[in-house]
Amino acid sequence: MMAQASPLIDWQWIWRNMGEILDRTWQHLSLTAVSVALGLVISLGLTAVVLRWRRTYTPITWVTGLLYTIPSLALFALLVPIVGLNATNAVIALTSYTLLIIIRNMVAGINGVPEPVLEAADGMGYTRRARFWRMEIPLALPVIIAGLRIATVTTVGLVTVTAVLGLGGYGYFILRGLNTFFWTQILVGVTLSVVLATILDLAFIWLQSALSPWARSPK
Amino acid sequence: MGPQDLTDTMIRLEKVAKVFPGASRPAVDDLDLDVGKGEFVTLVGPSGCGKTTTLKMINRIIEPSSGRILIDGADVVAVPPHELRRSIGYVIQQVGLFPHRTIAQNIATVPALMGWDAGRIKERIEQLAALVGLDPEMLDRYPAALSGGQQQRVGVARALAADPPLLLMDEPFGAVDPIVRKRLQHEFQALQQRLGKTVVFVTHDVDEAILLGDRMAILNVGGVLEQFDEPATILANPANAFVEDFLGGERGLKRLALLPVGEAQGIRWGPVVDVSANPEEAKRVMEEESTDWIGLLEEGRLLGWVDGSAVGTGPLRDLVPRPFLVTLGSDASLRSALDAVVTSHARVAMVVDQGLYRGMLDLEGISEEITE
Repeated sequence: MMAQASPLIDWQWIWRNMGEILDRTWQHLSLTAVSVALGLVISLGLTAVVLRWRRTYTPITWVTGLLYTIPSLALFALLVPIVGLNATNAVIALTSYTLLIIIRNMVAGINGVPEPVLEAADGMGYTRRARFWRMEIPLALPVIIAGLRIATVTTVGLVTVTAVLGLGGYGYFILRGLNTFFWTQILVGVTLSVVLATILDLAFIWLQSALSPWARSPK
Repeated sequence: MGPQDLTDTMIRLEKVAKVFPGASRPAVDDLDLDVGKGEFVTLVGPSGCGKTTTLKMINRIIEPSSGRILIDGADVVAVPPHELRRSIGYVIQQVGLFPHRTIAQNIATVPALMGWDAGRIKERIEQLAALVGLDPEMLDRYPAALSGGQQQRVGVARALAADPPLLLMDEPFGAVDPIVRKRLQHEFQALQQRLGKTVVFVTHDVDEAILLGDRMAILNVGGVLEQFDEPATILANPANAFVEDFLGGERGLKRLALLPVGEAQGIRWGPVVDVSANPEEAKRVMEEESTDWIGLLEEGRLLGWVDGSAVGTGPLRDLVPRPFLVTLGSDASLRSALDAVVTSHARVAMVVDQGLYRGMLDLEGISEEITE
């Protein structure tokens, strides 16, 4: 086995498995998108609760913080008796990891709106509701998007771990490669995960800049 | 206090008090205060005197614990706060421009809330930019691109946008550097003279209060009104030791800065004759005035002065007068007259209005005003 040293990258393997790579790309993207989207929806609800009843912030960050600290493998295992070994299991776990990041940024974004801006808005005659939608939300948007960006990039990384559930997106190649000592598979899985994370990261940076032209350096 | 004097009253505070939750004593205590229409009233006092609290109760940013506030005869609680505030201009120290909106959009805030059409808003923005001295090029920028002074100009323009009759200003020039502050003060003073708004202006700077206010209300800690009158009157007759102390040193000079030369009692004709006068008469005038110089006029215009020893028997017209280095208009302040006196050779300030000689002030004439 050592005698016939296989090349680090077997291009022919990549070519032959292009269909599988595309399928796994789709799986990686959809697991990420569904989890972050679900995380966003739940976070919106929980942030609304926090903004209305400020005292709920500590317990909510405590619980979501606790979820965040559970190792992903352990969480998948814990969910197996409840939902089984499937995509639902993966999405629940991945979603739960996004909550702390997204909620914290949403609350920080809203809290970060400068007091004089709020006072001026009141003084100009904004109603409480109009002030929230036209002042607080747009001004908090860069911080909220930054939260989504971190949550998304984190999720892209965590999706690879769902390979143990028979999913994994690019993680599937990494796990298979490790089991068979086949370097090409490992490299394909690792490289594509990093590329995907980078593309999504840049997409969010672009989105943030597009939605808050005022926050770019003045010139 | 009949209902008829409400027609001249813009704001009336009746026994207004504010006790903040958990505070042991009131921030404002049973305050009565009237502000006339078109009047510029400054609220001034040390920190903790409740001046800002008082201001913010007028537009209900802070709700009073007790008492009543009337604007133009109507109780401020009669309409929802957001409606009340759209009819009151509001300027705060930190400006509070909306960072995500362009300067034009910031200025258009209240007109937009009131549903003006786009054409009218655009016209109004351009008008206001010119009014507050804002380069139209700035209008499409975001607030972050502006200096502190420019931001406060925008803050004032935004407050004036819907042409409210009443303007509330909370230390509006407090955050800019002293040079810009002075310029903004003078510009705003000129602007106010043109617009005739009713202004309530909070400051901790007693000189600013003296400079800008038609009347100034001096508040003590706990929202106690110590004195409420015209600055010149307060400077001449401080009601008590607190007010005297708060006004600080150089009260006489501060008062002189407020009084125009034209209204001074001590202004007199002095040793001045027409060039057509007989030299003998010139000598007689110098003797009466016991001066060694004489001022020469031609058809009411001040030519200058000549030394007494130069006056001989020949016509005065043949003498070469030396010009007075400093002359003052009758709207100049007595303080500048005092400066002219102490720096001039002849120890007098000559008053000239539209080219015509009006009279002169000497040290004695000016100090009459101080001690009055």
